[in-house]
Amino acid sequence: MIYLDSSATSFYRPPQVGEAVSRAINSIGNASRGVHEASLIGGRIVFETRQSLAELFHAEGPEQVAFTANATESLNMAIKGILNPGDRAVTTVMEHNSVLRPLYEMEKVGVSLQIIGTDASGRLDMASLEKAIGSGIKALFCTHASNLTGNVNDIRRIGRWCREKKVLFVVDASQTAGIFPIDMEKDCIDILCFTGHKGLMGPQGTGGICLGKGISIRPLVTGGSGIHTFDKEHPSCMPEALEAGTLNGHGIAGLKAAIEYILDTGIELIREKEQKLAKAFYEQVREIPGIRIYGDFSDENRVAIVSLNLGDEDSGEVSDWLSQNYNICTRAGGHCAPLMHKAFGTVEQGMVRFSFSGFNSMEDVSAAVNALKEF
Amino acid sequence: MARIKQNKVVYTFSSTVWALKMEQCCREKMAAGRLIPIPKDISAGCGMAWTAGIEEKAALDKFIKENEIEVEGIYEMLL
Repeated sequence: MIYLDSSATSFYRPPQVGEAVSRAINSIGNASRGVHEASLIGGRIVFETRQSLAELFHAEGPEQVAFTANATESLNMAIKGILNPGDRAVTTVMEHNSVLRPLYEMEKVGVSLQIIGTDASGRLDMASLEKAIGSGIKALFCTHASNLTGNVNDIRRIGRWCREKKVLFVVDASQTAGIFPIDMEKDCIDILCFTGHKGLMGPQGTGGICLGKGISIRPLVTGGSGIHTFDKEHPSCMPEALEAGTLNGHGIAGLKAAIEYILDTGIELIREKEQKLAKAFYEQVREIPGIRIYGDFSDENRVAIVSLNLGDEDSGEVSDWLSQNYNICTRAGGHCAPLMHKAFGTVEQGMVRFSFSGFNSMEDVSAAVNALKEF
Repeated sequence: MARIKQNKVVYTFSSTVWALKMEQCCREKMAAGRLIPIPKDISAGCGMAWTAGIEEKAALDKFIKENEIEVEGIYEMLL
């Protein structure tokens, strides 16, 4: 099998990730629910993972990192936890449904929403965005990179606009965490939402939310926290404020091993390898007659994604054909990015997305190129 | 084994993160003490507390300050 769907979830992982999950499943108790040895082993793993994530994202400290099941949960927390009826929010057409749907829900209760568009290659309209970030705006919800085109947004520039205008800057790092540098302090990020199973190469069911200094949000879920048992209200201190119920300790152990691998290897090296593979694929497939490739490839600073269509062929049929005949895994359809498809006029056709991991090879690239030529 | 109560210093924390940070720092730098369930006479704090013999208090107070650990309360009690 050739797996070219790493933007959906990692398939190739460093072996130590699986080993860490296996060890944890047989050795840890419930983190922060006691001080016996098994609970403390779990607690230490969770705490050290917070420290690694805080280091990776330049967060204020490990206490500012709360674990969730995925980026969708984190984004729901952020959106529903800071917006109130009457607030004004800004977002972009580049967003995933994990941002758009909670925002549409908030619109129904009286939040007004402005959505910033893109140019023909799917690049964010920065001039309109700068204009939209102004007084009276509560927050900007913005992806670091499109899961459809791989185009990357300049979050440092956007973050500085937000900070200047006192607009909360909420970043969806689903496609970039573990691959692109993210610095909550320098990028002026107030809330960072990430998943653990994509670029971070951890297990599915891991993710998190990092809050900047002085930021507090209403929790989405309340309940058991392991602390202040007799209070009627859920604790307000981080990270317990955003972590009701037992954490995915086994998954977090795997995430810890994955982050250690990333920090040891260096995200630059990981990113360069992925980008090299994606670029080689792009350079070869662009010659195929009738092919349409989406995104801005003049910018080298891209997520390793190449989304395309072959003439008017149904993207699902192309993806299925690659799977059935060559055992090549790609993602077809809408990719939960409805506004990007509307912008490109591909609502009906969808797109076939090839997304690369540093563990892929040039042989995988050649196989995929040759298979597409055969269609 | 019969339990013998001794004078102890107990540090409480607002979050388990700080309790585990305390443990990590103490382990790294060979400072005294260990994590215990929060004693019943202390109503505040997270579920964990750090305790050591009372004679360690001055050194631990200094250690906590140097390592920028957020402590919620400091108690002396027979444990």
